[in-house]
Amino acid sequence: MESKLNLTLKVWRQSDRQSQGRLVTYPAEGIPTSASFLEMLDIVNEGLISNGEEPIAFDHDCREGICGSCSLVINGVPHGPEKATTSCQLHMRSFRNGDTIYIEPFRARAFPVVKDLVVDRSAFDRIQQSGGFISVRTGSAVEANSILVAKDDADHAFRAATCIGCGACVAACKNASAMLFVAAKVSHLNILPQGQPEKDERTIRMVQQMDAEGFGGCTNQYECEAVCPKEISVDFIGRLNRDYAAAAAAETVTA
Amino acid sequence: MKSLAQVVFSSFGSSVGKKLLVALTGLALLLFLAGHLAGNLLIYRGPEELNSYAHELHTALHGSLVWIARLGLLAAFVVHVALTISLARDNRAARPHAYAKPATVQASIASRTMILSGLVILSFVVYHILHFTVHVADPSYDALVFDLHGHKVPDVYSKVVKGFSSVPISAFYILSMALLCTHLSHGFASVFQTLGLRSARTSGLLKLLGGLYALVIFVGNVSIPLSVLGGFIKPIAH
Ligand code: HEM
Ligand code: SF4
Ligand code: FES
Repeated sequence: MESKLNLTLKVWRQSDRQSQGRLVTYPAEGIPTSASFLEMLDIVNEGLISNGEEPIAFDHDCREGICGSCSLVINGVPHGPEKATTSCQLHMRSFRNGDTIYIEPFRARAFPVVKDLVVDRSAFDRIQQSGGFISVRTGSAVEANSILVAKDDADHAFRAATCIGCGACVAACKNASAMLFVAAKVSHLNILPQGQPEKDERTIRMVQQMDAEGFGGCTNQYECEAVCPKEISVDFIGRLNRDYAAAAAAETVTA
Repeated sequence: MKSLAQVVFSSFGSSVGKKLLVALTGLALLLFLAGHLAGNLLIYRGPEELNSYAHELHTALHGSLVWIARLGLLAAFVVHVALTISLARDNRAARPHAYAKPATVQASIASRTMILSGLVILSFVVYHILHFTVHVADPSYDALVFDLHGHKVPDVYSKVVKGFSSVPISAFYILSMALLCTHLSHGFASVFQTLGLRSARTSGLLKLLGGLYALVIFVGNVSIPLSVLGGFIKPIAH
């Protein structure tokens, strides 16, 4: 028979952007170990709703680890204790009966809390819009194979492209830095031939937008890599630093 | 068109740009520390070796070499300190609301205390210069001269022996070196990441080299006050 867990939750409740917010304790009883973490919250919310209380708001969409919506900090670790796992793919078998679980929103100046555990991550959209694209000619389609991409480059760019933009890297970083996200987005295009024309401009603009949004800077502690559900490597941060140095030098000495 | 100043300011004024300058100045200071240690260790070859080395250093290029080095180091130091303080403030401001239950997955203690170790180094460097260069702590150092083949030169050897004969002074030097070396143990590998010269392939090696480098600087420098206190480095017999 499947075992059930009785847990104590300490959940951040905040009714809107302006209000103060506080940790509220809830019992979570009879939780099946096969439930996902979000299903556990669904069960708790059913109870709250039937008592006429406001359910806990949290972000979710695909619930299969691909959309990047879920965004919980579980016992201080974004997406919880399992490696390479989003909150929605985390299962209650990772916890033990009697555990107390802290559930907090991602904390960063650039990610203001909207309600309870939901934060506004539109800063990532603005970073993306500042340079995370390539310009292509519209009209008749070019022959797909006319631009050759080396297999290694394709693989490398693809590894960067697997970033789902969840923001866990920011939440984990001691400086609330978005460097891993920005590095993944910059590298994804900078590695490919299609990304070359705008390479320097993209690198500088995305970094400047990151700063403008109020994220911190990188101090090479690699907390981001440790929590990233897609295991984006900090090698991309090194690459971003290198691309930035080259772009800044080029901008300084050439017209 | 943007002026040169505008371009430099915007490129090197961003978080990544500032950090590049922190890494370059940190690297310059790392290289200086290695050279400084090599010079210090001449004390084990006796008063003549150490004092003639110091004399050469101070008279090279008609005495201008030492000033070029001092100005370069001062510039690197000031840039390093000013930018790290500015970055640390920005980083702090980026998370106004702390977690109720904070956790650290893998960041080392050294990496989390860089500003603390840095500020101790800053106070140490100020003291060190007042102590051994300006002689504010003990003006009697001015009078220490050594007879180098008939030339009267400053007696650096006796200055070191005198300085480290004091237990509190030696203790402060040793403590400062310990914190300097935690700074270096994170800083060494960190430079390579900041300059984009690290990858998962070299990461282990860089960490190891950083640890070794910090250990060499620590053991080498700390051995001197310990040797003086332990009587292994003796005052010059007159
Ligand atoms: C002999 C003196 C010093 C040496 C050799 C040194 C060396 C270094 C190195 C190599 C780094 C790594 C740079 C990087 O992450 O790319 C670093 C970082 C740092 N240094 Fe120093 N440093 C010295 C003095 C100081 C002082 C006086 C301060 C005082 C504020 C300081 C504060 C910092 C901080 C806060 C960092 C971390 C910067 C970051 O990760 O964003 N350092 N240092
Ligand atoms: S780098 Fe990882 S942690 Fe950061 S946004 Fe992308 S997938 Fe999420
Ligand atoms: S809900 Fe889509 S990744 Fe978790």
